[in-house]
Amino acid sequence: MLYREAGQFKTSYASDQAVFPILQDRIGVIVILLVAFFVIPYFSNEFILQAVMIPFLIYSLAAIGLNLLTGYTGLLSLGTGAFMGVGAYACYKLSTIFPGVHILIWIVASGFVAAAIGVFFGLPSLRIKGFYLAIATLAAQFFLQWCFVRLPWLTNYNVSNAIEVPTRTLGGIVVTGPNASPQIRYLIVLSIVVIMTWLASNLVRGRIGRMWMAVRDMDIAAELMGIRLLTTKLLAFAVSSFYCGVAGAMMVFLWYGGAEADTFNINQSFFVLFMVIIGGLGSLLGSYLGAALIFILPILLRFVPPKLGMTIHSATVEHLTFVIVGALIIFFLIVEPHGLARLWQIAKQKLRVWPYPY
Amino acid sequence: MLLYKIFIDPFVQMGASPDLLIQTLWEGLVAGMLYALIALGFVLIFKASGVFNFAQGIMVVFGALTLVGLYDMLTHIGVSMPVAAAFIALGLTIVVMFFLAYGVEKIVLRPLINQPDIILFMATFGLTYFLIGMGELVFGGNPKVMISDQLYLPKGSIDFKIFGGLVSLQKIDIAAAIVASIMVAGLAVFFSKTRIGRALRAVADSHKAALAVGISLEQIWVIVWFASGLVALVTGIMWGARSEVSFALQIIALRALPVLILGGFTSIPGAIVGGLIIGIGEKLGEFYWGPLIGSGIESWLAYFIALVFLLFRPQGLFGEKIIERV
Repeated sequence: MLYREAGQFKTSYASDQAVFPILQDRIGVIVILLVAFFVIPYFSNEFILQAVMIPFLIYSLAAIGLNLLTGYTGLLSLGTGAFMGVGAYACYKLSTIFPGVHILIWIVASGFVAAAIGVFFGLPSLRIKGFYLAIATLAAQFFLQWCFVRLPWLTNYNVSNAIEVPTRTLGGIVVTGPNASPQIRYLIVLSIVVIMTWLASNLVRGRIGRMWMAVRDMDIAAELMGIRLLTTKLLAFAVSSFYCGVAGAMMVFLWYGGAEADTFNINQSFFVLFMVIIGGLGSLLGSYLGAALIFILPILLRFVPPKLGMTIHSATVEHLTFVIVGALIIFFLIVEPHGLARLWQIAKQKLRVWPYPY
Repeated sequence: MLLYKIFIDPFVQMGASPDLLIQTLWEGLVAGMLYALIALGFVLIFKASGVFNFAQGIMVVFGALTLVGLYDMLTHIGVSMPVAAAFIALGLTIVVMFFLAYGVEKIVLRPLINQPDIILFMATFGLTYFLIGMGELVFGGNPKVMISDQLYLPKGSIDFKIFGGLVSLQKIDIAAAIVASIMVAGLAVFFSKTRIGRALRAVADSHKAALAVGISLEQIWVIVWFASGLVALVTGIMWGARSEVSFALQIIALRALPVLILGGFTSIPGAIVGGLIIGIGEKLGEFYWGPLIGSGIESWLAYFIALVFLLFRPQGLFGEKIIERV
């Protein structure tokens, strides 16, 4: 009843092309943002913020980055974890070389470093595609991870071969490092993720996004229509790596507080790819839904059985998590191969015509 | 100076001690053979069903783990002769691999028929996680020792004296080479001479045409998954006998992926030749060029070898030429 677009006339091009053309959607998004910015930080404990909300947002951003590449441009990449690592290490190097500069500037700047590396490893995409390309991007994953281990310069010759986040303040408030409060970190992560999602949504609806989708649907046809494959594909790699790099920098600076090379291993790449596929290829909302499902599911599996009075050995839980996650991935793919975003669309359509079936 | 170190010095070293060169080549050959076996499993499935089976590496571990785990269980319930227990376990493992193939076809592949490649690829990811969890749940997560004695796998090494040096060949590696050759030959005969083999090739050429002449796709898929399950089991036994059986082995599956891009996804000879090239290239690179840029380059060298090949032949060494029409 409430979800109707009847009577909402679009009288200008601006309103026709708005991100959320329906009033109820706009209200919904505003409510979600208000809750995320004002309610969650004050009414949730440290565990919720540190172990659920911050990682969820960071993984959402990484998933958006991969979705721009895989979902919108159709280039399958398995190097996400390494690009996140590039962002993290770049941010660490930059912020220790120039400690006076604002940390948020470095978090964004490290995205550009990741973008440059991403473009370099995106070069094979001009020649190969599909699974061949996926394996070629694994080269990036393994090579970069090897660099993180073998180049002591990256960790400032730290003996433990790991990076530790220095304490940085922002207008007198501690933002990073061991003393930063989870509320502050949560708000910073949330702001960055919201802004970058907004940018991405405008990017994919504009000329660049249309070029990407044309290349995805058929690259030869796109080329005949005058789209330069070289710049389009490399731009997709650059933007995607930028998002992953920022996500990686935030992961270390605002979540973990320290990292070693193994943090950005191949499983990280697969993890983000799961989120993109389960959430829905070519959908920004799907990136959030996928991240929520894939990240929060194992946490639930860990905490629900004890609440129900079941005592399971922790190793068994670990193994069961694997089994259940694997089975769920297959289940979701069978039920809805287009991902959770498609389910949401179907639900919206049903809601729109409710209580009638058509 | 640097150029000398990169382009001349390694070859001088090779010439100076040919025994070391031969030893390195042999190790590369053996590693390459195991890569080739894993790639073979990939290729079998990709050819017949168009599925990029990421779970192949896990099937290797899962097969080996099931074998060892079942052996342990059998000795616990009182099968006293180790040899008998080992071979019963082997038989049971083959049965398990068959049911795995059957289950995959029924539960995973059938409902996902006609979906885009990437969806099927992700489904095999799910399968990977499922098998890791299952294997650890049932047989425990600790590394295990392969029951190589009970399966009459040879131990020790043969030493050769050539070029004034000593080259030692592990007997298990020789056995692996022989078994691998027999298996590849067997598969070749199976593909070219039997009725099912002809059906498999027909399916690989065109699903629709195969269906039209009355070949059951479902049956073929079960067979092909079973066949690559068997290849995986053999690979698992051989690899397990060289080191231990644990899920750390899954990393070798990632090492086998460049073999695929090198050889082409659809070519069995490509998998074998590609495996050998990658194996030998990796060991030579690690041994002669590794010290120049720090050790551990094995982890990505194979990918770079494959990428360089790809620049010149995007479809792989023996891959089918992809002709695109708009």
